[in-house]
Amino acid sequence: METIIQIAYLAASVAFIVAIKLLSSPRTARIGNLIGATGMLVGLLATLLHKDIVRYEWIGIGLAVGTAIGAWLSFTVKMTAMPQMVALLNGFGGAASALVASTEVGRALLNGTAGSLSLFSLTTISLSLLIGAVTFTGSLIAFAKLQELLSGRPLPLPAHHLQSLGLLLASIAGGVAFAWQPEGPGLWVLIGAAFLLGFWITLPIGGADMPVIVAFLNSLSGLAAAATGFVLENYLLIIAGTLVGASGFILTQIMSRAMNRSLWNVLFAAVGSGGPTTAKEGLSVRSTTAEDVALMLSYAKEVVLVPGYGMAVAQAQHAVKKLMDALAEKGVEMRFAIHPVAGRMPGHMNVLLAEADIPYEKLYEMERINPDFPQVDVVLVVGANDVVNPAARKDPQSPLYGMPILDVDKAKTVIVLKRSMNPGFAGVENELFYQQNTYMLFGDAKKSIEALTQALKEL
Amino acid sequence: MTEILFAVFIFTLAAFLGFELISKVPPTLHTPLMSGSNAISGITLIGSLVVAGEAQSPLLTALGTLAVVLATLNVVGGFLVTDRMLKMFKRR
Repeated sequence: METIIQIAYLAASVAFIVAIKLLSSPRTARIGNLIGATGMLVGLLATLLHKDIVRYEWIGIGLAVGTAIGAWLSFTVKMTAMPQMVALLNGFGGAASALVASTEVGRALLNGTAGSLSLFSLTTISLSLLIGAVTFTGSLIAFAKLQELLSGRPLPLPAHHLQSLGLLLASIAGGVAFAWQPEGPGLWVLIGAAFLLGFWITLPIGGADMPVIVAFLNSLSGLAAAATGFVLENYLLIIAGTLVGASGFILTQIMSRAMNRSLWNVLFAAVGSGGPTTAKEGLSVRSTTAEDVALMLSYAKEVVLVPGYGMAVAQAQHAVKKLMDALAEKGVEMRFAIHPVAGRMPGHMNVLLAEADIPYEKLYEMERINPDFPQVDVVLVVGANDVVNPAARKDPQSPLYGMPILDVDKAKTVIVLKRSMNPGFAGVENELFYQQNTYMLFGDAKKSIEALTQALKEL
Repeated sequence: MTEILFAVFIFTLAAFLGFELISKVPPTLHTPLMSGSNAISGITLIGSLVVAGEAQSPLLTALGTLAVVLATLNVVGGFLVTDRMLKMFKRR
């Protein structure tokens, strides 16, 4: 029986690897996801044959409740709310891993065999509890911030990094004490400090840094599963957890680089604590009308739209798709330039545009479209700000300096759709707005795009 | 000792394989990649099943059942929402 279970686990491991491999192309991704789900089902069914399982009623109840809530969540969640959904699921996964590790201790304590747990077991149990608990509370805070139950503004706390470091040391000390004397209070110190640590680390982080945090928690949820795999000496858990840990780690790196910050910097130094700079004196912006922009667009050869999170907030994706179609009727192709942190999590903007039926071949990542901007006739910037600020390239004094940006300032004409002249997340003035070739189209993004489409059709 | 070494062996190879696989995923698919891999990390479910089913003590069964609920939520929610997103990715 044990052999059958292990062969099934091997099959599940292969299924997960194939699933992630197929996720590398939009054409094969859906089948890849299905293969991953099948691997999970195979692993689950094989586990039910385990010799230690004597009762099935609680398993059945647990599976039924989890399936019902999970399915309901996945069918009802809005695409704009995907980051908080993923944060919540990360947290649940982390909590489940920590719970499984805790029952290993619980069993030993109840049977009075805690003293015979090996140092390796005690270490891996501690790790699993630490990572799982941090993932759980960290994800809950990230969820609350993304759902706007808590303010998304950065919250600088004095000596925050020292307190976080203190909590980390306290949980490590608890883990060491636990390994020294499994029946002692070390276990509770470890669990308490780890819960606080996840909570405390995420609390001051602002909305703009959320892509990094969600990716980081994704990585942790994988590592928590891998640590639990070490506890149970289960290779399927180790392989699957490590794959996810690696995936989250790479995404964390990509997101940090896109914001020109290190993970350390995001976790331990809240940004945006400096006051917003005042508007530049003596410079004025030029505003324009939907009719004028429509005329420019109809004569353009190359049009690029830069979507920012403001576009998603205004729910303007479908209006943008209609504009794209109206332009196509005039023989003008519109492409999309996507900055890595355009949404609230890696790849979020792509999903929002896909939901509006915009084909993924029209979406261009930053490195691919930046060389094209000098040939682009009109760039429409919709609800994006910091990611198109040329100060990131030119002004060493700017807080944005060094961040990779979309070089829209090099295009022939730039139209910025904006509600008002308020600065972006980083509170930094954007000199793009004052450029000779920039025109501002003020108003709600959705209404402006609709007015543009209307004007284009009336030409 | 050999079991421990073997587990570390597997962990190291899986980490390299993970880095290799993920670096080939285009930015367009990063969100589905996260929700899909998130579902895979719910694999901890198979550990929780044994705890919920072994009937050692009411407390352990309760903790195990809670873990089954959370892990299942993670798995089912993750795979379904990923499918929902991937359905939307169309070519022109």
